[in-house]
Amino acid sequence: MITKTYQIEPRNWVATHADYLYAYAIARINDEEQAKDLVQDTFLAALQKVDKFEGKSSERTWLTAILKYKIIDVYRKKSSGLVANADVQRAEQEESDFFEPEDGHWTREHAPASFGIDDHDPVVNKELNNILQKCMQKLPALWLSIFTMKHMDDQSTDAICSELKLTQSNFWVIIHRTKLNLRACLQKNWI
Amino acid sequence: MGPLKKIVYNCHKATFLIEKKLIGRITLREEIELRIHLFGCGVCRIYQRQTKKITGMIRQLFADSANSEKHLDDTFKKDLQGKIENELDKN
Repeated sequence: MITKTYQIEPRNWVATHADYLYAYAIARINDEEQAKDLVQDTFLAALQKVDKFEGKSSERTWLTAILKYKIIDVYRKKSSGLVANADVQRAEQEESDFFEPEDGHWTREHAPASFGIDDHDPVVNKELNNILQKCMQKLPALWLSIFTMKHMDDQSTDAICSELKLTQSNFWVIIHRTKLNLRACLQKNWI
Repeated sequence: MGPLKKIVYNCHKATFLIEKKLIGRITLREEIELRIHLFGCGVCRIYQRQTKKITGMIRQLFADSANSEKHLDDTFKKDLQGKIENELDKN
C-alpha cells in the first residue's frame, strides 16, 4: 500500500498559505489587525512544532488546524469570566422585554409583524442582508462566537459548549435570545 | 395549570422550541405542544416563518464571507517571510 506523505516547506508558507489563512481568520473574527496577528502567530507556532508534522495531512490542513485553535482561543478570551457571565445574564434578563413575565405572551411592543422579510424580491433581500449584518455587529461577543461556530462551521452543540465552557442550558438561552434580537432589529430598521 | 396548557398560551416557550427545533432536536411531546400553540397563535406563526428565513440569511452571509478573496498586503508578507527565515536560520 502506498500512502502519500506530505512534505513541509516553511520557506514557502507565506507565498502558498498566508492569504488563505488570512481569509479564513477574517471570516471568523471580522477584525483585520487581529486576523493578521493570528496568521503570524500560526506560522510562528507551527515552526516550533515542525518536527511533529507527520505528513498525514497536507501542510495547509495542518496549519489551518493550528489557526482554528487560536481562533477559539480568541472567542474564549472575548467571552471569558465576567464578560461571559454578563452576556448570559443579559440574555436571560432581556427576555422579559419580549414577553410578559406572568404568562409568556409577546409584549405589545415586541410582537412580530409582517414586514419586508416576507417579500421575495431580490432587491429587498439585498437590503435586508445589509441591515442584518449591522444587527449582527451589535451582538455581544459571546453570542456572535456561538453563532459563527454553529452556522459557519456547523459545529455540534456539544463541541461549542465544551470549547466555550458553556452549559447546554445557557447555550439555548443565548441562541433563543440572539434570534429574538436579530429579528426585532431587522423589523425595527426596516423602513 | 398543567404543562400542556402552559405552552398552549406561552409564546416565550413556543419561540424557544422553534429555535431549538431549527438547529437541534425537540421531544415528541414538545413537538405536539408546539403544534397546538402554533395552530392557535398567528404571531408565533409569523415569528417561525421569519426566524427560519433569518437562519438561511445568516448561513448565506457566513458562506459568502468564508469565500471572500481577502489578501494580505505585500509589506506584511515580506515582513512575515523575514521572521520565518530568521527563526529557521536560528536552528
